Amino acid sequence: MLISLFIACYNDALFPETGKAVVRVLERLGHTVEFRSAQTCCGQMHYNTGYYDEAMSLMRHFLEVFRGAETICIPSASCVAMIRDHFPRMGADAGLETEVAELLPRVFEFTELLTDKFGVTDVGAVYPHRVTLHTSCHSLRALQIGDRPKRLLRAVRELELIELPESDQCCGFGGTFAIKNAAVSTAMLSDKMQCILETGAEICVAADNSCLMHIGGGLKHQASPVRCVHIAEVLAS
Amino acid sequence: MSVHVGDSERAEDFPKASRQLLGNEQLRRNVRRATDVIRNKRANVVAEMPDWEDLRNAAREIKRNVLRNLDSYLEQFEEACTRAGGRVHWARDADEANRIIVGLIQSHNETEIIKVKTMTSDETRLNLALEAAGITPYETDLADLIIQLGHDKPSHIVVPALHRNKTEIRELFMREMGLPELGTQPEDLTAAARTYLRKRFLRVKVGFSGANFAVAETGSVCVVESEGNGRMCVTLPEILITMIGIEKIVPSFDDLEVFLQLLPRSATGERMNPYNSIWTGVTAEDGPREFHVVLLDNGRTKVLADPESRETLHCIRCAACLNACPVYRQTGGHAYGSIYSGPIGAILTPQLHGMEHSQSLPYASSLCGACYEVCPVKINIPEILIHLRRRLVDAGEAPVMEGLGMKAAAIAMSDGGRFGIAEKLVRIGQPFGRFVATGWAESRDVPEAPKETFREWWAKRS
Repeated sequence: MLISLFIACYNDALFPETGKAVVRVLERLGHTVEFRSAQTCCGQMHYNTGYYDEAMSLMRHFLEVFRGAETICIPSASCVAMIRDHFPRMGADAGLETEVAELLPRVFEFTELLTDKFGVTDVGAVYPHRVTLHTSCHSLRALQIGDRPKRLLRAVRELELIELPESDQCCGFGGTFAIKNAAVSTAMLSDKMQCILETGAEICVAADNSCLMHIGGGLKHQASPVRCVHIAEVLAS
Repeated sequence: MSVHVGDSERAEDFPKASRQLLGNEQLRRNVRRATDVIRNKRANVVAEMPDWEDLRNAAREIKRNVLRNLDSYLEQFEEACTRAGGRVHWARDADEANRIIVGLIQSHNETEIIKVKTMTSDETRLNLALEAAGITPYETDLADLIIQLGHDKPSHIVVPALHRNKTEIRELFMREMGLPELGTQPEDLTAAARTYLRKRFLRVKVGFSGANFAVAETGSVCVVESEGNGRMCVTLPEILITMIGIEKIVPSFDDLEVFLQLLPRSATGERMNPYNSIWTGVTAEDGPREFHVVLLDNGRTKVLADPESRETLHCIRCAACLNACPVYRQTGGHAYGSIYSGPIGAILTPQLHGMEHSQSLPYASSLCGACYEVCPVKINIPEILIHLRRRLVDAGEAPVMEGLGMKAAAIAMSDGGRFGIAEKLVRIGQPFGRFVATGWAESRDVPEAPKETFREWWAKRS
């Protein structure tokens, strides 16, 4: 199957290893990956901060870039949430209802693509580490991702999956919230880090590098040896 | 018109207020313990309802219908209430409401009132207006009494004294009620409050209440509560005044069935409230002989005018969103600078004011969606927060640097080629970026930009 990768702007700039891992997993499963180089951003940051016009032009660009792409893979649950929850309304405003309606069934978050579209849970990965899973708010509530990431992780050889306490609590990232309300964001992060450290895991995994940048930044700031890794990188190993 | 929402015009902005509150470890422990308990109780009693989603949808439809036809339902209520012997007053704003209420009390030459279950009177700052007119208000809801005696402010919609623990309340009661001794158990504290309040219940001739619901069809008013003090307030006095926000109307008596299932489970994690008082006008030789209803607008019609956010007025003040909110969990309610705190406060307060005040509130959320998930009337709070942010940006109220940054980013992201160049520039400018990102870097290391972006790697690969 030909899979069109939407890498997400911040993964492109800051977390290229995640993109490489997605390519590796998909190719290992026998699929062909394309990367449409005109792609940029889904517009989430602009939309969530109130910059509707800018978000709108980014949505138009997205629709244009992925016209004709049959299956779009996005290794970022929050970008998928932006597309599913907000594109329809913006599309209605812009007279692009049909384009958006045609786009939605073609968009898959990375773990959804593997489990739902391909029906795969064992991707042949080996990862000899103690791992805990952070369920990002967008994956949990907007995507209703359920146990998809867990099913994938449980099938990884030599991986020990440890339950994260209070896993439905937000880590405190929230895009510009992390800067506009840095103090509260940091307090939320402290709670999240304490839960992660309690598990004794070496690695904290999620389907969103945005949360992981926040959590990982906090752990590193405390000089903790616990590392944050995107689920694609675990599945590619 | 002067719309007050308590003291919120003078409140500090959320980032500043929350920073101070985060330093209060005792308060944070109290808030966390209390919200965790209520949240878990709620989850248990909601899980046992097979038709919970149907009830939520029904409630949302009833509220939508009410808001679409609010004018006629209010007139229907006035007619029915008047027919049953009540008198209805219309108040455009806080000052008008206070004038009406003070006037009613003065016309009977009374100087004291007993109050219960009324956030709208906090909204209009009624107690200040009463005191200025020489009238003493006594709060009779236990938590409101704790707030009043402590000259404190409510920090939660359902449990206003949630930020206080047993020990603090005991000290307060001993000091303010003049008690030389008092036990340490909750029973001792409620017994002290009972003795203090009972004298007033029997003496004071004017009662004042809020309302959870008002029924258009019958002119009935409904108050739900846990203590029975509300029942005393609405039945013992000779004169009863009830202030109701205009959005509290439901069309028919049958509609109460939906809300009386949703509200207690969402608010306190109970299957039913211990006291459900419903009364209609006046009844000869039973209860108050005079009944007045003040219908309060105070900014509500302004909220109604915005189709994108009017569902804010669906709110039945259950506070499930506060108990679910990870931000509220850290700061408690005072950071929101309004009697309406938490996620619902973050959308309600600025809208009642008309967005001139409380502009930091729409940003006081990580948009995690926990509030929307638990809301019994399905208010899409995250979506409304975003809508209010947009209203601020469109009105030119957002920070200038933020606007420039967002616009620059949008230009850089207008095509892949430009974005690739922007990524290179960011890499070169990294040391400078690190300096700028102080808000971030105080507690979180800034990720190091990789030597090669994904698109560079891809270009080499193919």
